[in-house]
Amino acid sequence: MSATLTRVKQKQIGQLIDAGKRIDGRGLTDYREFTIEEGLIERAEGSARIRLGKTEVLVGVKIETGEPFPDTPNDGVLTVNTELVPLASPDFEAGPPDEKSIEIARIVDRGIRESKAVCSDKLVIEAGKKVFVVFVDVYVLNHDGNLIDAAALAAVAALTNTKMPNYEIKDGEVKTKTGYTPLPLNSRPITVTIAKINGKLLVDPGIEEEQVMEARISMAINDDGNICAVQKGCPGFFTPQELLEASKLAQEKAAEMRKKLDW
Amino acid sequence: MSEKPEKLIDKKGIRSDGRKADELRPLKLEVGVIPNADGSAYIEHGKNKILVGVYGPREMHPKHLQQSDRMVIRCRYHMAPFSVQERKSPAPSRREVELSKVIKEALEPSVFMDLYPRSGIDVFIEVLQADGGTRCASITAASLAIADAGLPLRDLVVGCAAGKIDDTVVLDLYDAEDKLGAADVPVALMPNLNAVTLLQMDGILTPAEFDTAVNMAIEGCKKIYVMQKEALRAKYMTAKEELKEEVEE
Repeated sequence: MSATLTRVKQKQIGQLIDAGKRIDGRGLTDYREFTIEEGLIERAEGSARIRLGKTEVLVGVKIETGEPFPDTPNDGVLTVNTELVPLASPDFEAGPPDEKSIEIARIVDRGIRESKAVCSDKLVIEAGKKVFVVFVDVYVLNHDGNLIDAAALAAVAALTNTKMPNYEIKDGEVKTKTGYTPLPLNSRPITVTIAKINGKLLVDPGIEEEQVMEARISMAINDDGNICAVQKGCPGFFTPQELLEASKLAQEKAAEMRKKLDW
Repeated sequence: MSEKPEKLIDKKGIRSDGRKADELRPLKLEVGVIPNADGSAYIEHGKNKILVGVYGPREMHPKHLQQSDRMVIRCRYHMAPFSVQERKSPAPSRREVELSKVIKEALEPSVFMDLYPRSGIDVFIEVLQADGGTRCASITAASLAIADAGLPLRDLVVGCAAGKIDDTVVLDLYDAEDKLGAADVPVALMPNLNAVTLLQMDGILTPAEFDTAVNMAIEGCKKIYVMQKEALRAKYMTAKEELKEEVEE
């Protein structure tokens, strides 16, 4: 798949959207089919792979012990990192994370952190000294659009099947014992991204639509329907009216997906 | 700056810094503060002190970043090590990389990018002191600096946040409210075009509270917009007077 879109294709996408259609045959508010498989990586404490259209994202969760942040001595630590692996797209290059991958990681992080999805107070081994550190590594394996939603969904799915090592404290040392307990979760946020093309809103943009979109907005919706994180992206704008519509659409889609996922 | 109020808002609706729910912090804006830069601006928004310098439009280097049909905006949001309570490492953090990106994207819709093919501008934002809401204050100042550099604009971009403290939606959170509050919703707006160019949120809000917060932030933006235009006008009035004096001499 070529990295840049021809002008003809760009125009075609716009014209289709004006007529309420999309290049892959979907309606404007249709989310692509997706499947999530959990626990593919045995070495990881938790993992999940999502296939959203042809987008494929693998998330691995590793748990280690470490020090808590000085300002939150009674909470475990959560870190999210995103790797746009060069094999996933002709546009990705090897090297340290660029602004694109940092943005994805931070949107995923915000959704999980602000919804308090992980019970971070249950990750404390010794207050102020030793806690569990949860590393969520997002690995993009094929880029076919809407990496934000794919990464966020897979991350939450991976946390769902994450096991915490059992431990005991002997002479001030933390020793792991055999067996695991599931990572305690409070909630499972669902992130929905909406793109704006030619002034129309559409959910779950594909890779070609992403190259034409004027702006996008991603919203993380919690179990109770509340909004726990928002990020607008791309060098375009939304009118306040469009934001209202987008917010409603995101909530509808999240509810639909939650039903499908049985979360 | 480290005092932690017990209650963020009292029964009368007065906040821990004495403001009402929909009241902005005091603002000071100044245009043309860095002689070397092609455009510059300084903002004091509450205790935030932020300096923005713009260089360009000039030929874009490195060349592979040039666009044949439009200009490129590069943006660097950076916090001084002494700008926060605990010294911040001067190396760019992930937060700063993300903010640089969203600020750039908030400014881009205001500039007629296609008038300057193969060229670029650099927007350098230095946060000298941070007091909550730095990204919004940065956008307000950066847009002024771009205007000061002489670029034709569709509108100025102005930033302002709203959020939720205790159980109330309020305008323009300061540091303690940002840290202890329930949610923060930064917004950037081109008021004349009614176009929202930046929107983020963290924390938890019901859909209704979210709408209220966005609208409150938009109203805040409109108030700052008046001061922003005034600051730009003031610079040209000063220049005009200086010119007049020279002529008279």
